[in-house]
Parts: sequence; C-alpha cells; structure tokens
Amino acid sequence: MVQKLDTLKESPSQTAGPYVHIGLTPNFSGISGVYDSDLGTVMLGGAPKGERITITGRVLDGTGTPLRDALLEIWHADANGIYPGQDGADADVYGWGRCPTDMDSGMFRFDTIKPGSVQNRDGTPMAPHVTLWIVARGINLGLHTRMYFADEQAANDADPVLKRIEHQVRVPTLMGQTQGDGSYLFDIHLQGPDETIFFDI
Amino acid sequence: MTDKPSGLFHRDRGWHPPALTPLYKTSVKRSPAAAPLAMPSTLSEDTGPVFTRDILGPQDADLIHNFASDGQSAIGPRIIVYGRVLDETGRGVPNALVEVWQANAGGRYRHKKESYLAPLDPNFGGCGRVITDERGNYEFRTIQPGPYPWPNGPNDWRPAHIHFSIFGQSFGQRLITQMYFEGDPMIWQCPIVGTIPSREAIETLVAALDMRRTVPMDARAYKFDIVLRGVRQTLFENRMEGM
Ligand SMILES: [Fe+3]
Repeated sequence: MVQKLDTLKESPSQTAGPYVHIGLTPNFSGISGVYDSDLGTVMLGGAPKGERITITGRVLDGTGTPLRDALLEIWHADANGIYPGQDGADADVYGWGRCPTDMDSGMFRFDTIKPGSVQNRDGTPMAPHVTLWIVARGINLGLHTRMYFADEQAANDADPVLKRIEHQVRVPTLMGQTQGDGSYLFDIHLQGPDETIFFDI
Repeated sequence: MTDKPSGLFHRDRGWHPPALTPLYKTSVKRSPAAAPLAMPSTLSEDTGPVFTRDILGPQDADLIHNFASDGQSAIGPRIIVYGRVLDETGRGVPNALVEVWQANAGGRYRHKKESYLAPLDPNFGGCGRVITDERGNYEFRTIQPGPYPWPNGPNDWRPAHIHFSIFGQSFGQRLITQMYFEGDPMIWQCPIVGTIPSREAIETLVAALDMRRTVPMDARAYKFDIVLRGVRQTLFENRMEGM
C-alpha cells in the first residue's frame, strides 16, 4: 500500500432534465414571484464599449429537430479581451448570459457586444470567441463549445485552438455566420454530418 | 504573490456518464458521436462570472415558503439540505451559486409540460438558490420531493431527487447534477442514475440522513457535499505574469 492522495472525485454529472427552467429560469417557465428576474437575461450595463451584437441559433438533435427544452449559457470577454473580474475589465460588460431555447421555435438569443481577442496561456492571441455551455434532457454532461466569428478570418486562421483541430473540415461548425447589422447565427448540431465540435477542456 | 487560478484539472470522463446511454432513450439522438476535442483550459474557461449575495431574496433558500401564500407552507416532510461545495483538492469553494429545483411531495413539477396526475401544491413552486459562505458551506430548507413516473421504458420511475446547478469560480467548472436520498430503493432502478458507470460514483450523489442537524419537531436534515473540478494553483504564476 502507499499513502492516499489528498484528492476528491468530481461529483458525477446528471442530466438537467426536462424541467431545468424551473430552477434556472423560473420566470420564463411561468413561476413568478420567487425571484425578481431570471439571472443572465441582461448582459450589458449602460455604456459598454464595443460593437453591439446579437447571437441567435438553435440546438438540433440527430434528426435535425430543434430542442425546445435546452438551456444555454455563454461567457465572453469585453471588447479589449479582458474578462469581467480581471483588472481593467469594462464594468458594463457582464460577459455571462443564460437563455432557454424557445418552447415553440427552439431559438435562443443573446444580446451583447463582440469580444476582443483573449490571450492564450502562452501569451499568443486567440481569435475573438464566445464560450458556450449547453444542457438539456438527454444530455448527460453539459457540452462546452465555442463560437468564433466568421468575419474574423485572419484571426481565426491564427487561432491556436482552431489550428489544433485534426479534422479541419469540421472547423466551420464553430463559426457564427454573419447575418449583417451585428447579427450572428450559430446553430449547434448535437449529431449528424454537421456535428458541432465540443471540447473536453 | 498570491495563488491565482491557472488551469483546471482534466475531467475524468470515465467517472461521468458517457454521452450515449441507450437505456436513457433521449440520449440516443442528443449525444455527440465524435469524441470531444481535448484542450487545456484557457482564460476563457478559467474565469467565470461572480455572483454576490445582493441577488438573493430573503426566502430564496426556503422552498417551503418562497412560493407559498402568506401564512401558508408547502405540504410534505420538511427537510434541511446542507453541505459544502468543495473542489477536487478538498478546498471549500466560497461564493458558489447553488441553484436547486425539484418536484413537490407528490412527485409533481410545476411545469406546463408535466403530465403526471399527482396534484400541484398551490404553495410550492419548486426552485431555490443559495450562495456558499467563505468555507463553501450552504444550506436550504425544503420538503422531501416524491418519486415520479416518466416516459422512457413502459414503467420507469425517478427516485426522489433534487436537481442541483453549481457555479464555482470558473466557467469550466460548471456542473449540473442530482441529489438522491439515503435508503431509497428506487435509486437502483433508474435509467438516469444508471447512466453513471460505477456504483462508487453513484453513491457520491446519495445524501446522508443527519439526525444531529435535525431541528426537533420541525425538519430532518440531509448532508450533501458537492465536488467541482480542481483549479490548479501553480508555482509558475510569476512566470505566467511576466509573459
Ligand atoms: Fe427531476
């Protein structure tokens, strides 16, 4: 026998289930009067620096059907690539949003600003991106992915995460598509030929 | 200089449920087929939003009363659920946001898509939240939820459970899980519990009855500790800063 390591195991994940909205967005689910408002619905203060953007999309299952019971959270840096909580961050960029997919259309929507480039651990720049986390009934462990911006091609070409992807043919699954006027479309495919790249961080 | 987060311990994917678990049927068309792409965490995963107590209302941690009419309370066995949020190194995680949701004592959720015939309790909403103290402690009061049937196999039932969503210090630690109750035989029948590969891992989600934390003539107590991924605090921090 040897000495025991002083470590614990992470609590195993369980699906968020069909009623995740009761806990995380109760006002959206029709439970009013418990919390004033749902967390993560407002992502900006009064005067954020940077370009205003909207990110919309759907989460599609292996048959191409949009999930109407999913919940997404996003996290991103301010226009200078500084995360909230770091020194010098823009106080009017909260960086975090939470949105359930619409119970009819399956659409999600985030209104925020376009993040700047964030430094990788080795000091090299990463292309502007938004980190996403997706949970739903049938998803046993929350899925992490990133949305990059299709209109940042030079930065994307140099991005250290995108460069390490073996199947470069899948890189477009991480691109938010420009719809004009600051609007980006990002559909997330859980399965199928267009399956989105998810990360084991 | 003080320790700063500099990366997350990698996740033990053999400990968590895999994406595809055919006995839990909904996973079949919602599970990615490709392996997730491994990458070391970056600032984008090491950082995360900070929640402060000013978001909390006075009854957020009291599900017995937070939806009830004045002078009323939810029906069911009253319980206290308490514990700590820790990381894999055993450190308490302060200021973690813990959000919970659950069915009522009859096993019925307050949700438009819920079809179980058990009745709604007009005084029970089913959600609550709390932020851990400086040592990672949390506590809330609720009623013990009932088991309920769900459409999967022809006769599948969920054991009594409380759903937990936890926000630690970094977005990469994000976790949703469920708490079960000591002694419930339904735990071992459930296809969702069964997505977890080992009995040892499942047992870490079973809360222990703690008679010492009970409030006599009021509420029994269950202890439920939650472990988030570890955050590396390295000696290389100075070098990182200089880069
Ligand atoms: Fe449930």
